[in-house]
Amino acid sequence: MLSRAARTAARFRPATGVRAMSMHPVTALSEDEQALKDAVQRFAQDRIAPKVRSMDESATMDPQIIEELFQQGFMGIEIPAEHGGVGSNFMSSCLVIEELAKVDASVSVMVDVQNTLVNNVFAFYASDEIKEYAYPRLAGDTLGSFCLSEAGSGSDAFALGTRAEDKGDHWELNGSKMWITNAGEAGLFLVMANVDPSAGYRGITCFLVERDQEGFSVGKKEDKLGIRASSTCPLTLEGVKVPKNRVVGEVGKGYKIAIEILNEGRIGIASQMLGIAQGAFDATLPYLFERKQFGSAIGDFQGMQHQYAQVGMEIEAARLMVYNAARRKEAGLGFVKEAAMAKLYASQVAERTASRCVEWMGGLGFVKDFPQEKFYRDQKIGAIYEGTSSVMLNTIGKMISREYRA
Amino acid sequence: MRVFVGVKRAVDYAAKVRIQADKKAVDISNVKMAINPFCEIAVEEAVRLKEKKVAEEVVAVSIGPKQAQEVIRQALAMGADRGIHVTTDMRVDQELQPLAVAKIMAALTGEHDPSAWLLGKQAIDDDSNQVAQMLAGLLDWPQATFASEVEVSEDKKSATVTREIDGGLQTIEVPLPAVISADLRLNEPRYATLPNIMKAKKKKIDTVDAASLGVDLAGQIEVLEVSEPATREAGSKVEDVDALLAKLKADGLL
Repeated sequence: MLSRAARTAARFRPATGVRAMSMHPVTALSEDEQALKDAVQRFAQDRIAPKVRSMDESATMDPQIIEELFQQGFMGIEIPAEHGGVGSNFMSSCLVIEELAKVDASVSVMVDVQNTLVNNVFAFYASDEIKEYAYPRLAGDTLGSFCLSEAGSGSDAFALGTRAEDKGDHWELNGSKMWITNAGEAGLFLVMANVDPSAGYRGITCFLVERDQEGFSVGKKEDKLGIRASSTCPLTLEGVKVPKNRVVGEVGKGYKIAIEILNEGRIGIASQMLGIAQGAFDATLPYLFERKQFGSAIGDFQGMQHQYAQVGMEIEAARLMVYNAARRKEAGLGFVKEAAMAKLYASQVAERTASRCVEWMGGLGFVKDFPQEKFYRDQKIGAIYEGTSSVMLNTIGKMISREYRA
Repeated sequence: MRVFVGVKRAVDYAAKVRIQADKKAVDISNVKMAINPFCEIAVEEAVRLKEKKVAEEVVAVSIGPKQAQEVIRQALAMGADRGIHVTTDMRVDQELQPLAVAKIMAALTGEHDPSAWLLGKQAIDDDSNQVAQMLAGLLDWPQATFASEVEVSEDKKSATVTREIDGGLQTIEVPLPAVISADLRLNEPRYATLPNIMKAKKKKIDTVDAASLGVDLAGQIEVLEVSEPATREAGSKVEDVDALLAKLKADGLL
C-alpha cells in the first residue's frame, strides 16, 4: 500500500519532463552532471589554472586553451552528437560555465557565449541548412559571437542603428557594433541589423556573417578591468553582402531572438558569477585557518566566523537560484523572472564574496601574487553584461507587477 | 586480443585524508573519491593498445560498492569498451585485501579469457603493490611489473616491457597472456572528453556478486590502528652560509 506521502506526491506529479527531477534537491546532481562537472574541474585545474595569471596580464587568450576546449567538447555542449557536439543539456552548460569560472572567468565567458548564446540561437531559430553548416564548425573549431550592442544601443537594444538593405539576391549590411565578446577569435558572427527602421524593432533581423567577408572588420580589443583574457572588440560592417539563405530565423524576428536568447543567457552569466564567488571562497578559506594573529587562527575569531558564515550562506542561496532557473528552463517551465533574479543575485554575491575575500587575505589579497584581486576585478562585469542590474530589476519588477495587478 | 584493466576507486589524491574516531581506518564517509592514478595510467595504456589496433577489446574491471561504477564509467569515457563491476560491501582499502582481489581477478580470467591484465602497480590508499604479482602467481602467467613502456609483438604472442627498477631500466620480454603493472611514467592519461563521457553511458557494465565467484574473500591482515603521520616540527632560518655551516656542525651533521 502506498504511504500517504507517496500518494500525495503522485497526485501532484507534474505532467511532463519535470517528473524525473521533481523529487530531488535542486543542487543534487545527476550521475551525468557530476561526471561532466568532475571532468571540467580536472581540466580547468590542470590545463587552465597555470596560465591564468599570464593571460590576465597580457590580456590574451592562449590559443592552445581554445583548441583544447574544442577537443574536450566544451564548445558544443548542447549541439547534437550527430553534428559533432556533446548532445547534453542547458544545465550541463551551466555547470561547465560555473566550474570554469572557479578557475578563470575569461575562459568561462568564452565558453558561456559560445554555448548559451551563439549555439542556442542556431538551435532554436536557424534553418536545417544553416545548422548543417554551422554546427560542426561551432562544435569543432570555430568560435562564434553574438552581436547586438552598439555605441548608442546598450540596454536600449532595439535602438540599434546597423542597417540591412534588400539588394534582391542578397542583403547589404552597414553599421558598427561594440562590446562584442569573443570577436577577437571568432569566425562566425550573429549580427543584429534592422531591415526597416520605420517598422521600429520589428525590422530587427539576425544575419550570419563570416569573419573573412568583404567589408567586415574586427576592431582593436578593449583593455578591460576584468575578464581581460576574453576578447571584447568593436566591429565595422561596410557593404557586407549576406546571402539570403544566411538569415537566421525570420526577417523581422531578430528582436524576439535577442530577447529570448538573452533571457536564458542570463542563467549562464549567473553560473559564471556563482563560479567566481565559489572560486574566491575556496581560494581564501584555507588561509583563514593558517594565518595566526594574537596566538590564534584568524578563522577562529568570531568576528571572522560570522563574516564567512554570511558569505557561505549567500553563495548557497545563489546556487539554489541559479540551478533552479536552469532546471526550470530545462523542464520547459517559465524562467524569465527566475533567470533575472539569479543573474542579479549571483552577481551581487560574487561582488560581496570577492570583496570580502580580498579583505580576509589582508595585504596578500591586494597583490597580484594571489588570485583574490583578480576575482574582485572579474566579478564586476556581472552587473553590466547581458543586461545590467537595473535592467534585471526592471524585468523582475515587471513580472511581479503582472502577478499582482488587478 | 582482449585486455582486462583493473580500476580501483580510492580517495582522491588531492583530498585531505582524515582518520576515523576509532582509529581503525581512514574516514571515507565524506571525502572525494576518484580513480586510483596508477589504474588510470593502466586504462590509458590499454586504450592506446586498442587505438594501435593491437587490442580488440578493453574491459574495465572494478571491485567495490555501487559507487565503483563511477570509476568504470570514467574508464569507459577514456575508451574502454565495457565494464565488469564485482560488487562487495567490504572496504576495498583494507578489508578486501590484495590476495582476495587477485583471486577475484583470477576467477574472472577463467571465465572471460583475456590475453593480458593491465593493472596499476599499486593503489594510493593502501599502497600494497601486491595484486599484479599475486595474480600472475595464481594464474601461473608471467609478470612484468612497474612498466614504463609496453610493446606488443606483431603476432601478439609476446610483449616487450621496459621496467623501472632500482638501478635504472630493465627490458624484458614476456609471452602472452601476462600480467603487466603500470608505473607512473608509462604514459600521461588523457582527459575524458564531454562527448565520450556521454557515450560511456551507453556502454555495458556487467555486475557480478563477489560472493558468487567461489573465492575466499576473508582478510589475512588485521588492522590494529591507523594514525596520522607525525607532524613535522618547524624549521629555523639562518642568515648566511657561515651560520648554516655552524648550525650543521653544532647538530653533528657535518
